[in-house]
Amino acid sequence: MDKVLNITTEFTSGLQLLFGNVKKHKLVLPEAEKPWTLGLLLFWIKDNILVDKDKWYLFLKGNTVRPGIIVAVNDQDWELLGDLNYQIKNNDNITFISTLHGG
Amino acid sequence: MTSCLDNTEDMNNDEEISRLSAEIALLNVELNKKRALLKKKQKQCLTKLDINRYSRQIILPEIGVEGQKKLKTASVLIIGVGGLGCPSSMYLASAGVGTIGLVDYDEVELSNLHRQLLHAQCNVGMRKVESGRLSLNRMNEDVNIVVHDAQLDGHNSLDIFKQYDVIIDASDNLVTRYIINDTCVKAGKPLVSGSAIHCDGQLTVYNYKGSVCFRCLHPKPQSPETVGNCATAGVLGPVPGVIGVLQAMETIKIIVDHPNVLHNSLLIYDGGDCEFKKIKLTNVKRNECICTRNPDDITINMDYEEFCGSKANDKFKTLNLLKKNERITVLDLNELVSTKNPFLMIDVRKKVEYDMCHLPFTINIQLSDLKSEDTRSKLIEKINSFSNMTPNLITICRRGNDSQRAVDELKKYTEITNNVNWIKDVIGGLYEWSMQVDKDFPIY
Ligand SMILES: [Zn+2]
Repeated sequence: MDKVLNITTEFTSGLQLLFGNVKKHKLVLPEAEKPWTLGLLLFWIKDNILVDKDKWYLFLKGNTVRPGIIVAVNDQDWELLGDLNYQIKNNDNITFISTLHGG
Repeated sequence: MTSCLDNTEDMNNDEEISRLSAEIALLNVELNKKRALLKKKQKQCLTKLDINRYSRQIILPEIGVEGQKKLKTASVLIIGVGGLGCPSSMYLASAGVGTIGLVDYDEVELSNLHRQLLHAQCNVGMRKVESGRLSLNRMNEDVNIVVHDAQLDGHNSLDIFKQYDVIIDASDNLVTRYIINDTCVKAGKPLVSGSAIHCDGQLTVYNYKGSVCFRCLHPKPQSPETVGNCATAGVLGPVPGVIGVLQAMETIKIIVDHPNVLHNSLLIYDGGDCEFKKIKLTNVKRNECICTRNPDDITINMDYEEFCGSKANDKFKTLNLLKKNERITVLDLNELVSTKNPFLMIDVRKKVEYDMCHLPFTINIQLSDLKSEDTRSKLIEKINSFSNMTPNLITICRRGNDSQRAVDELKKYTEITNNVNWIKDVIGGLYEWSMQVDKDFPIY
């Protein structure tokens, strides 16, 4: 990779509370030796934009998102795209959705 | 000779009698068949009043006379007569769905009324299914409303589901959502699932024409601390209203066999930003998922509450984090107030809750703010303002869980523990205060 990646991340359905109540984040992912995957992005998010650092466990579990969070790339479930191994492209919009159960 | 003749006549008579009896029996069978057929035809056909009543939707090519007949013969089960079940049942009853089943184990509460519009103020305290039945029949007396006044579990779900064509998940907790999913998979019923909390809503249709099920998306239950509910997180009435109405819409589309039923998709509604987003889900069933098995091999008898680590309701769960001698009752507190013992009392609820109602002798510091050094130094100033007396420190919250967490947090700091006699919380919080000491103190 020889250039930075510009992407947007969105945290919805309550997840924004972990990110200072900001839903949309325009991010610039720095140049890296290995290609940027969603797996790498998760930890980059934890280190760089998660505000409530004590509550990281409400976002991640093990090497992936905690159960109950759905990840979508350009409005498609990441399971359609290889989940953790999906290679991020410039201008991707990555949405994190917390599943709701109330009613 | 006479006797002989008599004999023959008798024999002829007997034969005729049994022949006639057999014929009558056959005709009776035929008659009953025709009666049943007539009843069926009457149900299938639209009366003059039906045509008039539903004309505005029959005119739509998507519905037509055939669609309206399908609605009239359809049966829909709605689990939960709350924020989602009220709007979805209202629209389905009004659209002329023939049979609507309602499942709920709860009573109508005052704090339900802002979003559960089937329940009138005068019905507070009534069984929700009963209040729902009365209201729905007032809207449309032709609809057959069947009530199931029960908590849905792995034992009763299948027998109830079998009687219906479409299932609506309008429940309020994760345990019930797994039970509903598994039963729908076993019984082969489409599942229209909705949820709402805060300003956010979600809608999905599972198990429809080979689509994925809830378990394909959520093979492992999320941990209870990550699941919000309307009682603690709050919910704005129109949000479940929007989702419940959308559930009714997708149900009607399923009944009339509309080509574009929402499936393999998750619809997200963000009421705060007034935004809808549709996420395309995988259409491949998860390996080993319950929905890949033969329905005969599926059993609905697991311990769902243990599986989820939570209860099949959204009621308050009492924690016991502190020792007995670290807690006081509301009666102890009342005593302390009247004896003018020096104490400083912290209400650790959110500011918006404190603004809603609080005890006059309390200060407000949110639980999460206790971690901030700035907040703590202000607290120590307050403690020291008792001059030559060493005060006690008391924490209180809505129901008595966060107040225990606050005691644990405060005890971490020697600059606080060194300057007070003891730190305790109030068992049952403001709810108990209202129950036992001051009935005029608001409950929420
Ligand atoms: Zn499945």
